[in-house]
Amino acid sequence: MNALVPLAVAIPIVAGAAVAATTTFHWRRPVEVVATTVAVCVTALAAALVVQSSGGWIVYWFANWRPHHNVALGIDFAVDPFGAGIAALAAFLVALSFVYGWHYFDELGQTLFHALTLIFLAAMVGFALTGDLFNLFVFFELATVPAIVLTGYMNEERGPLQGEMNFAVTNTLGAFLVLTGIGLLYARTGALNLAQIGEALAGKGTDGLVVTAFALLVAGFFVKAAVVPFHFWLADAYAVAPAPVCVLFSGIMSELGLYAVARVYWTSFSGAFGAHEEALRAVFLGAGVVTALVGAVMALQQRNLKRLLAFATIAHIGLFLMGIGLLDAKALAGAGVWVVGDGLVRGALFMCVGILVQRFGDVDDVDLRGLGRAVPFTGVLFVLGALALATLPPFGSFVGKALVEGAALDKGYTWVPAVILVVSALVGGAVLRAAGVVFLGLGAPVQEAGSRDEAEPEDEAGEPIGVERGRVPRFMLVSPALLLACALALGLLPDLSSWAFHAAQRFEDRAAYAAAVLHDTRPPSATLQHVGATWSDVLLSLGAVAGAFAVAATDLFRERVPAIFRSRAQRLRQVALGAATASHSGHVGDYVTWLTFGAAAFGAAFAFALS
Amino acid sequence: MSFLPYAVVVWLFVVGLYGIVTSHNFVHLTVCLTVVQSSTYVLLLAVGYRDDATAPVFTALSTAHKAVDPVVHALTFIDVIVEAVVAALLLAIAVQVHKRFGTLDPDECHPMRG
Repeated sequence: MNALVPLAVAIPIVAGAAVAATTTFHWRRPVEVVATTVAVCVTALAAALVVQSSGGWIVYWFANWRPHHNVALGIDFAVDPFGAGIAALAAFLVALSFVYGWHYFDELGQTLFHALTLIFLAAMVGFALTGDLFNLFVFFELATVPAIVLTGYMNEERGPLQGEMNFAVTNTLGAFLVLTGIGLLYARTGALNLAQIGEALAGKGTDGLVVTAFALLVAGFFVKAAVVPFHFWLADAYAVAPAPVCVLFSGIMSELGLYAVARVYWTSFSGAFGAHEEALRAVFLGAGVVTALVGAVMALQQRNLKRLLAFATIAHIGLFLMGIGLLDAKALAGAGVWVVGDGLVRGALFMCVGILVQRFGDVDDVDLRGLGRAVPFTGVLFVLGALALATLPPFGSFVGKALVEGAALDKGYTWVPAVILVVSALVGGAVLRAAGVVFLGLGAPVQEAGSRDEAEPEDEAGEPIGVERGRVPRFMLVSPALLLACALALGLLPDLSSWAFHAAQRFEDRAAYAAAVLHDTRPPSATLQHVGATWSDVLLSLGAVAGAFAVAATDLFRERVPAIFRSRAQRLRQVALGAATASHSGHVGDYVTWLTFGAAAFGAAFAFALS
Repeated sequence: MSFLPYAVVVWLFVVGLYGIVTSHNFVHLTVCLTVVQSSTYVLLLAVGYRDDATAPVFTALSTAHKAVDPVVHALTFIDVIVEAVVAALLLAIAVQVHKRFGTLDPDECHPMRG
């Protein structure tokens, strides 16, 4: 099993290069078959690694350069169930987006999409499995470059260029922050291996250099994860990327940034920062709450379906950050399960939107009003996805959320479940509202929409709207249906919570990680501790679902709400939105200013928390 | 070893960022990004520098000889590759922007907001 680990990265890289080399021959169908097969193989391999590594880390040293006297000479992959799970999710989403894309790029007739996506997959898998800090940076960049190109894949239109530019500049700056952090850490510890850095820093206490390095790493990875105020590029990029690409971005790419923060913190910094956990928790939770609320409020205002789902992604990133930021094994387990369950669902939602784009050539819910009646099955999937976002039991997202809430209550953060409830309800409601407009033709028509236009000018729509551009093959529905089925199956897995809790405890055990990597010792097998959802968790989730329906209904049937209440709400909304929409200017300079501000703010917060 | 290289690092990072924020031309913006990246080169090389040491090539020297840290050189090298890729990509986008909008000013091509 050990020798198979690097294949999870090598196979897609080689396949991607081969596909890229043959693009001039236009072998479309063979390339699609090969690419899908490769993605399925990587999924199977990563899934096998999840099972294998649940007993302890699988450490693979490249070219067999093993550590000597606690010094890591080579580069290693250290696989644990979390990393392997992330890799499996990435590969699975890639496989299904290939199947889905079978008809999506018909007009382009190119195979470049497959080449880029395979490289993207290889980078994501490497990112999830590596045990070396510099390697993490390289895979970070290797994932960013194909992602940028994929964003502008349909660059016949005007929007993609701007989204692409913002994405490229902000993410590259994020990578520089990470690299500067790595340089500082190397200066202090003389190591690039995560385990060795952890050993060098443990028990020495904190000082300015280590805190600065940590702040730079976290800020850099938060750019990738799109934590507020680094989130601006995400909405622009998601709004213009083709739907099969959005599936990957929303389903897995954003979460990778959070994964990197968790990985680096627990393997390298937890030994040094252990005494300041409470203050660190406050910083992470604060960032998570702000991100979740900004994402949810912005999601409610979007009429472009892709932007709506982009802000839904940001809101959920905030929730995951809260899960990780509780710095607790149970909460981390919850965040892990939630990331997987939710990634599948958001992938399915983007696929549904892609079907609408394919059929009607538009992603604006006002233009699409009622047109969705022609594709009822897509509507059913879309609504199911919205309910899963609002953590309807027994979807996988519910299991994850229940764990996070349980951990928050254990730690005495009673307000955390309330925030999760509100954000889930708002995001679910925003998606349900869009479903009501598109698939049922509900809500007040054009005039109401006209007034909202001022707050948010439309995209350039190049194609005539509402004209059917040909039937969408049934085939395209297979992928979203399968994704939702998997999200449901994940939630129904017996003992998932207990198993994830066990894996999370190991993920957080720095000393055991260092021993496994540097001394090749297997951790003692621990007994599986039983954790699980309670009835109050079910009630909270049902509350979120009911809230989502309430949010959607208030928005759709606004004219029936009493006038006094309506005008108050309207004013409140305008104040909140004025600031929010003004800051989402689409101007790259503004985004970089926010990025600088954010990095400085996180630096100050960490300096304060860790002093 | 003085503080000078680290001061240069900070200066390059900040001045590059300033250039990006105030840029009115995508090509200029790309060059500013490479300025920011240069700060990481200087940082990495400064970290590995040792007084009175030679280059880490041991074919002609004994291993007892004092040499600068080769690891950071490898890192810088990879960094340069990454930078070349990103700069090429950004310039390609700039060409596309110019084709589509007839301008390179980010203020004048705003298909979307909000």
